[in-house]
Amino acid sequence: MNQDFRLDNVGLINRNKKISFKFNGKKYFGYEGDTLASALLANGVHLIGRSFKYHRPRGFFGAGVDEPYAIVQLYRNNETEPNVKATEQELFEGLEATSVNCWPSVNFDIGAINNLLKVFLPAGFYYKTFMWPKSFWYKVYEPFIRKAAGLGVASIKHDKERYEHKYEYCDILIAGSGPSGLASAYAAAKNGARVILAEDKPRFGGTLLTSEVNIGNQTGKEWAENIIAELKEMPNVIVRNRSQVFGYYDHNMLVMSEKLSDHLPKTKKYHPKQRLWYIRAKEVLISSGSIERPLVFGNNDTPGVMLSSAAKEYLKVYGVLVGKKPLIFTNNDSGYETAIEFKKNGIEPIILDTRKDPKSEIITEAIDLGIQIKFSYVVVAAKGYKKVKSAEIAKISDNKSELGTLENIDCDCICVSGFWTPTIHLASQSGNKTKFNKDIDAFVPGVSKQNETTLGAANGTFTLEETLKNSFNMGHELSKKITNIDNKVLSPLVTEKKSTQHDKFWCVPLPKGKTYKRFLDFQNDVAVSDIEIALKEGYRSIEHVKRYTTLGMATDQGKTSNLNGLQLVSNIENKIVPEVGHTTFRPPYTPVTIGAIVGRETGKHSKPTRKSPMHSWHAKNNAVFVDAGVWLRPRYYKQGSETLFEGSKREAKNVRKNVGICDVTTLGKIDIKGPDAAELLNRVYTNAWLKLPIGKARYGVMLREDGIVMDDGTTTRISENHYHMTTTTAQAANILSHLEYYLQLVWPELNVNVVSTTEQWAGASLAGPKSRSVLAKLFPDIDVSNDGLPFMGYREGNLFGVKARIFRISFSGELAYEINVGSDNGNFMWEKIMEVGKEFAIQPYGTEALSTLRIEMGHVAGSELDGRTIPYDNSLEGLMSKNKDFIGKRSLNRKAFIAEDRQKVVGVVPLDKQTSIPEGSHLVKDANAPLPNPKLGYISASCWSVEHDNPFSLAILKDGKNMIGQKLFAMSPLKNKTIPVEIVSSHYVDPKGERVRS
Amino acid sequence: MLHIKCPHCGMRSQNEFAYGGDATVKRPELNKEVSDQDWDNFIYNRKSLRGKHKELWHHISGCRQWIKVERDTATHEIFKTVKANEEI
Repeated sequence: MNQDFRLDNVGLINRNKKISFKFNGKKYFGYEGDTLASALLANGVHLIGRSFKYHRPRGFFGAGVDEPYAIVQLYRNNETEPNVKATEQELFEGLEATSVNCWPSVNFDIGAINNLLKVFLPAGFYYKTFMWPKSFWYKVYEPFIRKAAGLGVASIKHDKERYEHKYEYCDILIAGSGPSGLASAYAAAKNGARVILAEDKPRFGGTLLTSEVNIGNQTGKEWAENIIAELKEMPNVIVRNRSQVFGYYDHNMLVMSEKLSDHLPKTKKYHPKQRLWYIRAKEVLISSGSIERPLVFGNNDTPGVMLSSAAKEYLKVYGVLVGKKPLIFTNNDSGYETAIEFKKNGIEPIILDTRKDPKSEIITEAIDLGIQIKFSYVVVAAKGYKKVKSAEIAKISDNKSELGTLENIDCDCICVSGFWTPTIHLASQSGNKTKFNKDIDAFVPGVSKQNETTLGAANGTFTLEETLKNSFNMGHELSKKITNIDNKVLSPLVTEKKSTQHDKFWCVPLPKGKTYKRFLDFQNDVAVSDIEIALKEGYRSIEHVKRYTTLGMATDQGKTSNLNGLQLVSNIENKIVPEVGHTTFRPPYTPVTIGAIVGRETGKHSKPTRKSPMHSWHAKNNAVFVDAGVWLRPRYYKQGSETLFEGSKREAKNVRKNVGICDVTTLGKIDIKGPDAAELLNRVYTNAWLKLPIGKARYGVMLREDGIVMDDGTTTRISENHYHMTTTTAQAANILSHLEYYLQLVWPELNVNVVSTTEQWAGASLAGPKSRSVLAKLFPDIDVSNDGLPFMGYREGNLFGVKARIFRISFSGELAYEINVGSDNGNFMWEKIMEVGKEFAIQPYGTEALSTLRIEMGHVAGSELDGRTIPYDNSLEGLMSKNKDFIGKRSLNRKAFIAEDRQKVVGVVPLDKQTSIPEGSHLVKDANAPLPNPKLGYISASCWSVEHDNPFSLAILKDGKNMIGQKLFAMSPLKNKTIPVEIVSSHYVDPKGERVRS
Repeated sequence: MLHIKCPHCGMRSQNEFAYGGDATVKRPELNKEVSDQDWDNFIYNRKSLRGKHKELWHHISGCRQWIKVERDTATHEIFKTVKANEEI
């Protein structure tokens, strides 16, 4: 197939490599180096989508990141990506893309009826219509709007691509590789600075690729290529293309997204698709250039109306003609450059210049080339629906308010130039106070807040000579400050054509009797009339106008529309633009994929997985694991086809009857040393610690300063000034920070050191009436009798040659011991215990049996110590020392904490002794009371009591102390259950605690 | 992301630190009478300043030292960082 709009010898594409692709199911071809947009235009395709609100036909407006129209759904390697800009997407073999915003097809779009209904869809239509009747919203309005509106469709498949994060430090980060970026990078790099130069496009050079200039004795393009080649060779320079610096954050941190594989049919094996760079720069040079402003006229959104700079870029970079009968509509000299390029390639453009009598080198050149120019002329409206067919033009009076006779002129595209808007986004994100520059009718960076400097067109400097001079200087100056080297590179001689003043004209008045839509924001269909309505309705702040009309929102964030919108508001309000001010620029500058933000932290890499040294033993013995924070713990050890309920019951029964072994490595362990260690414990725990003998353990409770229980655990005195503290698995990290806080800030006079040893020790809990017999066989040289190693006793022992610590502590309520050995020997210890315990019917037990054992004993744990309960609530008030102060004590006499009917932990048994009570159920007096039914308490933990062989739960119940024996209802609306229950003591098994002391 | 100069380790990224609140709050001494008002002020009442704020940070993924930082809550400018035992 012929590419009717491709020139033979112009452009930077590789004509030796043809690439085939599909758009809306139809096959086309382009060349290596094309974007999807340039390849479609080469094939004469101008209709690419439908607009957001009115579903008007959409073509191409720009040639890069500013593109508001050409958004497609991309298909690549069996994946799909929404909202891809066709102007940025590089062509690859087999690329497929489809239009968005149209149903059933781009050529026949039902939603286009909105265009006829536009009188009903004015500014703020979301807030005005679809409001009545209320019940219609979910069922009728919303589904309809969803189907008809919206951009692309996100994939619901797991994204298998790899995204990476990278942290980098540099002296100078330079965003943009146009003339100012190249010059400053070169000057800084020659001065020894560590430089990162980032370019969002695939090709370096920015406007040097398309402008007719000479630098020294080279063309602009040659100069750019040579500079880049030299920079790439320098060890102190990182040069990246396809890399958008999209966010400027605090303390000179910038984030850049590098697209490494989006331009390839498929990401190479082990390669990332994208990489997110976190760059901390000492200095930032913003050389992000400028974006051409549109001119506003009737139907200025018709496909074929595009920026004149884009038409030039398609021609010079891709060898593509956006039309063969171009009309150039301009208020400045830039339009002439585009016209001259057309003329040089055998096309006859017509220029309409809003100015009356401008004179400059470039205008003279155009006249000399024989280009037809109409001064004081404007385009009133574009004609044609899916493509420009002609234009209605007219002469305009000197004061720009009166139009002459309307004339019709044939054309197939209208290239508009309304002068240039500096890209100040990064500077503004950094906190720069921008200022309005009247000479260019646009905002430019003002006073810097961070170490940022803006150069070239982004700073409102539009001549190459001045840009290069400033940029070489700035690159040299900033690098000298950092490196103390003073190698100055001289700015080369520049040949460029001089321009003259642009016309401040930007919006064509409506001729009498015409109601053309004149669009400001092309992505959101915001027209001049919408802004007028918003102002009429009383919106004044530009931020409010933006949100009410959606001006400047969506994926292009108003890159082409913002300034014209401000012009309009200031015209109507009779203000000047700086008084209106601009809306806040926020990162990201361009859309960033969620994948890049997440990086490698997906799936199992989203958090670390901690495993105990005995993990492989558990796995080999059919453990079913459960997440306990970031730890993996055995929930139960499955035998045959056992369910969790059956397995955990078997394990818990065996502990009560014989002996069980549980992996308790995950408990937090803190080593405490120093002469004031006892004093520290005495202050952080609620009970007394000064007289704990060496070789003894004690249970302790810690409070927060506000009186809420923070954690509990045992601490053992290993030697004179050495203690071993245990915390719950969940609170381990917090408790260490807590202790460090008090030691470093509140009581620095205490001579104590704390360090986490959670990972240094492997722990096994040996529990059950036969645990002593197992222990005796494990440590034959230790007296393990009740007198030799009493409850809460501690010994050091030798476990078959391995140094071990033995604590006689119990969580299960049975006679129990905890054995710790160095982590390396954890597996050895475990296997020895299993071997020795065999004759006593030892079985491993998991967290489910562990819970059952503690619940029926009435031992409180995380589900009761949930950050909302005080000691009394947990029946821990006996551990509150009356004789000393401790953290949180002062809070315990708060009124609510000492109330007579204060909540307290109780036991709950279903009357039928059969129905398990769902955790989280509410306890109520009357199951049939009208809602909201007054809640007396809630079920905190439930189990099947193996001792009594019926369900048993713990609850936190209002006035729990006086409720024992009462009959209530446990209600779970979630599970649709109402269970009659009796309140009993929380100590359901061995209430006197005789077993642990046996 | 902030760049915080730990007085022990040097310039480090914010993600190595945990925020620790107002550094000017003083815990009432142990074993001393404290009025309800003073205790409430210690536990609950914070100023939530706009502007210069003296605050605590814990270098939790670094040297594990608590440090004092003077930071502007509106601009994030950091004026000074000192060790836990120094006045700010």
